[in-house]
Amino acid sequence: MSDARLIQRLEPKGLRLAPSQVFGRIRLVPVLRDEVRGDLRFARRDYSDAVSVVSLEGPLTGRGLKYVSYIPHGMVVSWTHRQTEAVFGTRLQAPEGKRVKVGPVPVRLLHRMVHREDRNQLRMLPLHLAMEGFLALHFGGPDIAWAEYSREALSHGLSPRVEGVVPGWASTALDGALRTFEVHEKQVGMLLFNADELLSAFIVAHPDDYRLLHRTLLEDFYGDLLLQYGYLMEAPELGLSLDAKRVSSVEDLRAEVARMRADWAAFHGFMAGGLFGVEVTSRKVYEAGPFLLQHFHTSLLPSEENHLGEAIVSPDGTLEYLKTYRLSAAQTRRAYLLQRLATSGWNLDDAAEELGSTRQDLVLRLHNAGFGYLLKDHVLEEARRSKARGS
Amino acid sequence: MALAAEVRIEQVAREDLVMFVNACFSCTGQREFYGDARGQSVSIEFLHQYILGNYRRLYRRTLAAGINHFNQAQIILNLLAVGSPADAAERREEGALIAAALRGLPSQRAYRVLESLRSRHINNRRTRAIVREYLSGRSSLPFDAVKYRAKLRAAVVHGHLKLDGELGPFLFHGWKKRVYTQPLLETFRKAHFAQEALYELPYTVAEGLAQKHGVPRDVFLQRIEPRLTQAERLRLQESAAREGGVEPPVDLSRAPLTKLALYALSMTDEVREARRDELHTALERASARVLARAPASLGRVAAVLDNSYSSSGSLQKRRRPLGVALAAHYLLSASAREYRAFWTCPVEEPLRVTARGQTDLATPLLDALAWGAELVVIVSDGYDNDPPKAVAELTRVFRERLDPGRRTALVHVNPVFDAEEYSPRSFGGAVATVGVRDAEDVPTVLGFARFAEGTASLAELERYLSARVASWLERDARRNASVEVGVAPGAPVSVEEGEA
Repeated sequence: MSDARLIQRLEPKGLRLAPSQVFGRIRLVPVLRDEVRGDLRFARRDYSDAVSVVSLEGPLTGRGLKYVSYIPHGMVVSWTHRQTEAVFGTRLQAPEGKRVKVGPVPVRLLHRMVHREDRNQLRMLPLHLAMEGFLALHFGGPDIAWAEYSREALSHGLSPRVEGVVPGWASTALDGALRTFEVHEKQVGMLLFNADELLSAFIVAHPDDYRLLHRTLLEDFYGDLLLQYGYLMEAPELGLSLDAKRVSSVEDLRAEVARMRADWAAFHGFMAGGLFGVEVTSRKVYEAGPFLLQHFHTSLLPSEENHLGEAIVSPDGTLEYLKTYRLSAAQTRRAYLLQRLATSGWNLDDAAEELGSTRQDLVLRLHNAGFGYLLKDHVLEEARRSKARGS
Repeated sequence: MALAAEVRIEQVAREDLVMFVNACFSCTGQREFYGDARGQSVSIEFLHQYILGNYRRLYRRTLAAGINHFNQAQIILNLLAVGSPADAAERREEGALIAAALRGLPSQRAYRVLESLRSRHINNRRTRAIVREYLSGRSSLPFDAVKYRAKLRAAVVHGHLKLDGELGPFLFHGWKKRVYTQPLLETFRKAHFAQEALYELPYTVAEGLAQKHGVPRDVFLQRIEPRLTQAERLRLQESAAREGGVEPPVDLSRAPLTKLALYALSMTDEVREARRDELHTALERASARVLARAPASLGRVAAVLDNSYSSSGSLQKRRRPLGVALAAHYLLSASAREYRAFWTCPVEEPLRVTARGQTDLATPLLDALAWGAELVVIVSDGYDNDPPKAVAELTRVFRERLDPGRRTALVHVNPVFDAEEYSPRSFGGAVATVGVRDAEDVPTVLGFARFAEGTASLAELERYLSARVASWLERDARRNASVEVGVAPGAPVSVEEGEA
């Protein structure tokens, strides 16, 4: 049953897009929901610590797999038919996790990415959940002990696996855009474009929750694309016009304006085509009552735009929660190389053949992508020498 | 060829002036929802210098166009800075306009202008004469000397003036002199040593001295209450209730319309609901008072009012666009034969309106047109985003296809200055956009709208301005005379002609 709810293809079912609001080069597209179920609510929980350490396996303190990041806030998800309304804005919660001080730096230790707190309540770390899923891709490293791999790689896999991201407040344009954005009455989400490149999508279940979570978008993290195109001061204006020939009364005018609205929605749908409607690979994370929390990523082909994210889908297939992250080109390349290696059983020659290049090139590509630590030194050296010889 | 060039020159001049007057109606150099204060002040400063350099005669006449105080002050300062014109008639007109404008400004703003003369290093014979004339026309200089002591002193020092009686020693020695015979000056001196004397001083002066004496805030507020001015009462409502426990009673029947609307909007929803009737009558009376001064009788009027989130204004101009919309609603409903309001985010009760949601001006505008209004007044900051540019397109097609004869007049009243366009943001060519600072100016700007539309010529604009100058100067002379013969200053001597 759970398999049917796993997303094969992201469909914005039950949602519609409204015309965008532009501030500088940032374009924000409101996502509206006409039918609100009201039994899935999100609330924000602030963590004011410099660093958070999430234990993915094993106990809170002690050995085990950890995810380390700056996590400014978590999200509390609750689902039920009876008590949901009371959860909205509630602050009556016991302090979570454990706080320790490392020198002057406060560090929070958290238990798991998704943590059940009550019968109908869940704490999750938005976007970090999806990012963790991405970092864990082929994390185990080579499963056959090919001679080229270093001992580290064979015994510890890819650990430590690191990716860099950009916090929202690094961009003043995003700050201004979120400040001046006018939230619609039925708005439950937002598509965020920088220089008309889709950066992120954020959708929740209830309009009231969105209003409260709107400013958290500034604290979330984005791909390098947030800072690219910095010289573009203004996103181009998309001027749609009315057709004067079709108008002979005020009612016609009203119909034309409605058509204009529909055109805007269709156009924004087209602009977000790299996320909605493409095939995704998803994995179940947590079953929360009737809802299924999952994370997913798109094809990871370097020639396409790639997103990763997390979603909650209701039993009838409506998208109730979505948060995505646009991978930068370098991140996509890394994931692609790992994927290729894994499909060819971590054999360098096979993988090189599949990629249509030579073994030496693949080794250098791995090194340039930041995976040099997986290979033995003499393998790298040999590749470098043969490259220098020009063969 | 030469003719074409002349036509073009005239057109440019007209557009420049309309842009300038519009900017002077709305801009105050303060931060707006979309624009920061720095951009605003740079933009308006440039505009002033540009118009002063190219159209000096019209620049000074703009003083009489009904523009806001900030820009009146800027014009006065800029004119004084460049020296007087060579032609005697022009010199006379300019002098009279500056003197009248300075007299018309509220005292605190006029004194601010005098103080700025020093900081901008403006000192010439005409400036000194203007300052002298202004001070000699003040009805109670000792009161000014107490309330605006630093500013008056700056003006006196800068202009080498001699004040008679005890004022000179008061300004320069202050409370360190032994004794004054003028009762107010003596109170000021006493208040530095005795708490009791505090409560006979103006509130702003007493406030600092109360701090010095360590008077508890609630005691101070209670005892100073009779000395509070109307504006201070309105301003103090919330903080007095918080700190002193008692709000100073405010006479709503005397508050100006826009201030009243802003005051109503500053309350929480429950309070507004509870005091609904009181606020409603006060707003109605205030708009009736505005109309008594500037009568405007309009026909079938529809107002499209913007209560989107951006009408919440900025920290410096909190809720001003929304306040102007609410005030305009009351003003138009009082002046129109038939009236209907269409809000962007529909409200049941205009008094309980809040700044919320997106700007969908197309739907209310269509409703207004379908209702068959003769005049549609759009009060908005000019940013429509659901869908963007819908109003521009809609009005263009409406003019082109449905109303080529211009039976329906469309006017966009914009309380927000857009620094990048040097004018209030407009909805394209089919709607005349006029700037506004207070809703009280709406009758005036409706008269100005035909110039913003571009149908009237430069000559007409000049005639319009010179007519306003003449009536303004005449009014000022009358007021001056009546003050001198001793008519009570509160009497309604200012009667403004309506243009619409």
